[in-house]
Amino acid sequence: MSAVQVNPNDESKYAASARAFRDNVTRDLANDELRSNFRGAMDYLMDKRKTAFNDAEELETLREQCKLIKQRGLVKLPHLLEQLEEKLTANGIQVHWAETITEANEIIAQLIESKNGKTVVKGKSMVSEETALNDHLETQGIECLESDMGEYIVQLAKEHPSHIIMPAIHQNKKQVADLFVKNIEGFEHTTDVDALIQQGRNVLRDKFCQADVGVSGVNFAVAETGTLCLVENEGNGRMCTTVPDLHIAITGIEKVVEHLADVPPLLSLLTRSATGQAISTYFNMISHPRQPGERDGPSEVHLVLLDNGRSQMYSDDELRQTLQCIRCGACMNHCPVYTRIGGHAYGTVYPGPIGKIVSPHMLGLEATTNLPTASSLCGACGEVCPVKIPIPKLLLRLRQESVKAPNAPQVMKGQGSGRKSSEAIIWSLWSIMHKSPLLYRVGMWFATRLRYLMPSKIGAWTVARSAPKLAPRTLHERVKARQQTAKGK
Amino acid sequence: MSQLNTLHLRAYPVKPTQVYLYGTCLADSLFPNSGIDAIEFLELQGIEVLYPQGQSCCGQPAYNSGYTDQAKAVALAQIKHFPLDIPIIIISGSCGGMMRHHYKDLLKDEPGIEKFCDRIFEFTEFLVNSLKVQLDDYGEPERVALHTSCAARREMGVHITGRKLIEQLENVQLITHDYESECCGFGGTFSIKHGDISNAMVGDKTKNLLDTGVVRYVSADWGCMMNINGSLEHQQKSLRGEHIASYLLARSAKGANS
Repeated sequence: MSAVQVNPNDESKYAASARAFRDNVTRDLANDELRSNFRGAMDYLMDKRKTAFNDAEELETLREQCKLIKQRGLVKLPHLLEQLEEKLTANGIQVHWAETITEANEIIAQLIESKNGKTVVKGKSMVSEETALNDHLETQGIECLESDMGEYIVQLAKEHPSHIIMPAIHQNKKQVADLFVKNIEGFEHTTDVDALIQQGRNVLRDKFCQADVGVSGVNFAVAETGTLCLVENEGNGRMCTTVPDLHIAITGIEKVVEHLADVPPLLSLLTRSATGQAISTYFNMISHPRQPGERDGPSEVHLVLLDNGRSQMYSDDELRQTLQCIRCGACMNHCPVYTRIGGHAYGTVYPGPIGKIVSPHMLGLEATTNLPTASSLCGACGEVCPVKIPIPKLLLRLRQESVKAPNAPQVMKGQGSGRKSSEAIIWSLWSIMHKSPLLYRVGMWFATRLRYLMPSKIGAWTVARSAPKLAPRTLHERVKARQQTAKGK
Repeated sequence: MSQLNTLHLRAYPVKPTQVYLYGTCLADSLFPNSGIDAIEFLELQGIEVLYPQGQSCCGQPAYNSGYTDQAKAVALAQIKHFPLDIPIIIISGSCGGMMRHHYKDLLKDEPGIEKFCDRIFEFTEFLVNSLKVQLDDYGEPERVALHTSCAARREMGVHITGRKLIEQLENVQLITHDYESECCGFGGTFSIKHGDISNAMVGDKTKNLLDTGVVRYVSADWGCMMNINGSLEHQQKSLRGEHIASYLLARSAKGANS
């Protein structure tokens, strides 16, 4: 599997890889090892989630509750963001606003430079993947080390995460062992997962102590108290946010929640949906920098709040539901398309069903036009979404936006870019025929009489299937004939 | 999976004397036998079946492709052919999902649309919940698998009713296949626009069905079966799917299968 090619100066580096979706799919569908890795991993994760939610009624109650928490937060979003800034500032955490990924990267680079920072250790953050922070910092001569084991593997392999929770899920243990052999000095070859990971962790341990700066994501930012919550399993998040003297957190504006009491149900739903855990091994609540008398913790804490297309999602009532997402990854774990093609084929930071509905806002519909259509609308994603985002419905909506006529009101970047006049004409003719009973009946009469003229090859359909055969008489005709026979009796 | 979703809780009419049948465009042009069999089955239950000749397609193909206006025109043309306040029985879960749920959005400005949507019943849910049918089985002993379409399962919540009906057949052993709830890869225009992904999905679905060793599988959706049967035929396998209306009629109506 090849990594997404990165040009750090290009604002839309993911746009190019998203545009290559079809080629990526062809490449990854042909990779049997990759497909087997995904199938195995997704089966495992689906099973874990199922076990964690053994009471269907409790699950439904919790999903409804959390949907409402997120929707309440979104209704008040501008107000909550102001409140969050106010509380964080009062707590001694400095807040920065970034409209674009470039702005976010520049803010972070400046903060690091102001401290003469040379090395950064990172906890897992998909938003920093969104901004391609590592690439940007590298151009500034700042070294970033990913400290989440999955992210570390992906970084060593010069790849991108293939899953938002399990970044290296596309690799099996043998592949990881081979990677460590090449990259870790003194690595003793093993495919025992615990022994393998332990050797990786030993490398990371030293780096935590040397780093000038820690960068992390945020799972919930509590407006009421000015608290940043971070969910993790490896303790690397705690190390990143407590050992270096400067901690910079980065997240999207939708991560704000109103009350501290909103967090427990969301957390319970997040960990159970993601990995089937009742709770994560670590749950960090960061409320301020190091206080006088405290023995550890950074002397400065900053939060960068990123927009990058989120305001566009926000401005439409239906599309706004996209912002309810708590990034659990359950939709991709249950997606039959994701399971087949894997996370890299999407070419976007966020793969899977959630990636298909967020990426068009971040990269524009022109670059992502193949994503909303690459779904059978089976509904598995919507069924498991912990905050009840109607993902299939939003995919439909994006399809509508994609083929919208040029004179339609502006809702999103790149709308109408998927419109092909040939397809539009076909649907118009289809519509004319199917809304007129007479035209439809005449059309079907001829089609069934001329059925032997129907081609045996119909594009992509007959690559792997036989062509369907028209019946000699339509159901309409057969019902009519049947009624006449009955009358005759 | 939750079966408590409020979406799936609905009131069912007591056995009516008259119903409409919505045949669907696929059954009309490709698989009319299943429509005729559904009518015969319902008539054997003592119900008069009306089949409006003005019906064509529910509009789903255009709707799922993003062409809302074109879908809307076709959807509007359908509803006027079903004026009587009687249930509309539809022999496909996905067309059922379209008419029962998506019409509420697509035709939201149309007066009485909620009422129309509430009259839509998928064939198996109607048999189980309204007619409360008790099936005799006159067929030979056999093993059979069941494929439920995603829309039937998730939009209509009727994967349970298909299973319940098959389980009533004394001589039939219902075999569960691996990944039974997973999509077969049809998805309408998806199977054309993203043929390679769709092929990978139907390849897995057919493998899982073939692994059961059944000679027949049953489904209530022709969309899925056109896909799965097409793939099986392409692979030169003898396994085929049969519409549940035809299957139930053949096995439960005395003399119908002779």
